[in-house]
Amino acid sequence: MLAYLARRVLYTLPILLGVSLVCFALVHIAPGDPLSSVLPPDASADLQRQLRTLYGFDRSYPEQFAIWIGRALQGDLGASIASGRPVATEVMRAVVNTLRLAVLATAIGFFLGGLFGFVAGYFRNSVVDKLASMLAVLGVSVPHYWLGMVLVIVFSSQLGWLPATGAGPGGSSDWAWDWAHVQHMVLPAVTMSVIPMGIVARTVRALVADILSQDFITGLKAKGLTGFGVFRHVVKNAAPTALAVMGLQLGYLLGGSILIETVFSWPGTGFLLNSAIFQRDLPLLQGTILVLALFFVVLNVVVDVIQSLLDPRVQRS
Amino acid sequence: MSAALEGSPALPVPAAAPSQATGYWTSVWRRLRRDPVAMGAAIVLLLFVLAAILAPYIAPADPYRSSMLRRLRPIGTAGYPLGTDELGRDMLSRLIFGARYSLLMGITPVALAFGIGGTIGIVAGFAGGRVNTAMMRTIDIFYAFPSVLLAVALSGALGAGFGNALLSLTIVFIPPIARIAESVTTQVRSRDYVEAARASGAGALTLLRVHVLGNVLGPIFVYSTSLISVSMILASGLSFLGLGVRPPEPEWGLMLNTLRTAIYVQPWVAALPGLMIFIVSISFNLLSDGLRSAMDVKQ
Repeated sequence: MLAYLARRVLYTLPILLGVSLVCFALVHIAPGDPLSSVLPPDASADLQRQLRTLYGFDRSYPEQFAIWIGRALQGDLGASIASGRPVATEVMRAVVNTLRLAVLATAIGFFLGGLFGFVAGYFRNSVVDKLASMLAVLGVSVPHYWLGMVLVIVFSSQLGWLPATGAGPGGSSDWAWDWAHVQHMVLPAVTMSVIPMGIVARTVRALVADILSQDFITGLKAKGLTGFGVFRHVVKNAAPTALAVMGLQLGYLLGGSILIETVFSWPGTGFLLNSAIFQRDLPLLQGTILVLALFFVVLNVVVDVIQSLLDPRVQRS
Repeated sequence: MSAALEGSPALPVPAAAPSQATGYWTSVWRRLRRDPVAMGAAIVLLLFVLAAILAPYIAPADPYRSSMLRRLRPIGTAGYPLGTDELGRDMLSRLIFGARYSLLMGITPVALAFGIGGTIGIVAGFAGGRVNTAMMRTIDIFYAFPSVLLAVALSGALGAGFGNALLSLTIVFIPPIARIAESVTTQVRSRDYVEAARASGAGALTLLRVHVLGNVLGPIFVYSTSLISVSMILASGLSFLGLGVRPPEPEWGLMLNTLRTAIYVQPWVAALPGLMIFIVSISFNLLSDGLRSAMDVKQ
């Protein structure tokens, strides 16, 4: 187990390096001067030079990369050009908000998708099976930002049941344990849950159908096992893969929440990315993407390790 | 199993060699034609393609002509069957013209990535060894970004615009296609008939052309078609964020964005462009599913 863990972590290191290289390169493929958004149009050459030195843009690329990585390892992602505040602080605050949404959405999606997929796989070609297949196709085909808009139209604008935007009353962007904050989470989380729901339903259906067709199930039935007894074996065999899919979906939602956050004005990483892009705040853009990608890579490792703990066969492949 | 025989079970087997007409693609087409869901999806897509091509002839009005006097009319207004948008432009005409952008932005990045990613994957799979490792590890780096994040990051860095959005999406789809191509090619390369051909003196190029390409292109193609709907949703999403097509172009994602402020005035008019994206994307997915089972590709 330890050897597997070490191998898995070691394999991740070059990927982490590559990922940070891509994040760094993003700023430099951007056309125009990275400082153009803060400098007044009539800035003197002297001021321009000072700022360039301050942000380190006057050094060579390898030098800039080394400095950036060195600081990032110490938790310093530089300062936002637009606000002057440390990028790390801003990103972490936003990540917490996005994580809250993504975890709730994954939970809803996994529960409903798993339920649908399970019933569909158990009763192949039944009405529920057809319904689950339809749900899976709908889930991956729907433009989720549009679904969010439709939910706002129905539940906020027409029925007036739920708030349309924001994370809390009066533009509050931090979590509090009260009813108003819960209400604000409902629509974005439900919108977000549609994607993992479809994918989980499809995966679980295929898994359950495959397990049920295997010889050991026939063997169990021949030994006289029925109903719940068989069910228990199916769950045990389907769980590792289903959980792995769930973990990956959480990662995708974390990185892909920008569209949904825009629809609901949710103060998370998507919102931060959006403002970074439109204010051309390159350190903030770089930092946000780096943190999200790191989250995704680490989550992948965690998922693999958990899966190998549940199912030792994974280690051998 | 002979595809020619399977394709025409009712006909008596001719004594002569079966004609060329009943080849692999013919039998795929026969099976696809018997799939009502896939054919329904294909017909819907065909209608959208026709609308896109014939847009200037069938659109009832100029999609760019605005009128401050006729803003945000509801669906069913005389002369404006689907209402008007926030600048008083005819929604029906804008939706018809919008099909051009959505189809283009759904298909182009996937087609380009199919060419580039497919080549990378096939070369890596066919070469094997260190070349394979080096190529696929590089691809893995891009795989470490969730696709939406990578698309937004790239187009955010490159700047808004139609061309940059296409470029970003192409880069997003190269890694997954390359991965599939690599795994399929690696499988085919170790089959007995490839070994036999190699043993009987076939060169690398002959092996690739005759034995590998014919067996790997199908699965890679089917996988790529399943990405078209993702590409469409992402492309419209980029425009929705203000990173893709720019105003005043009638692009569905952009229309959704500019109509967002109108959801309290004309909610159903505001929701129309998204409904179009939904219909086209679901049709692409259903057709791709049908194609997969018609070609008998296991994922």
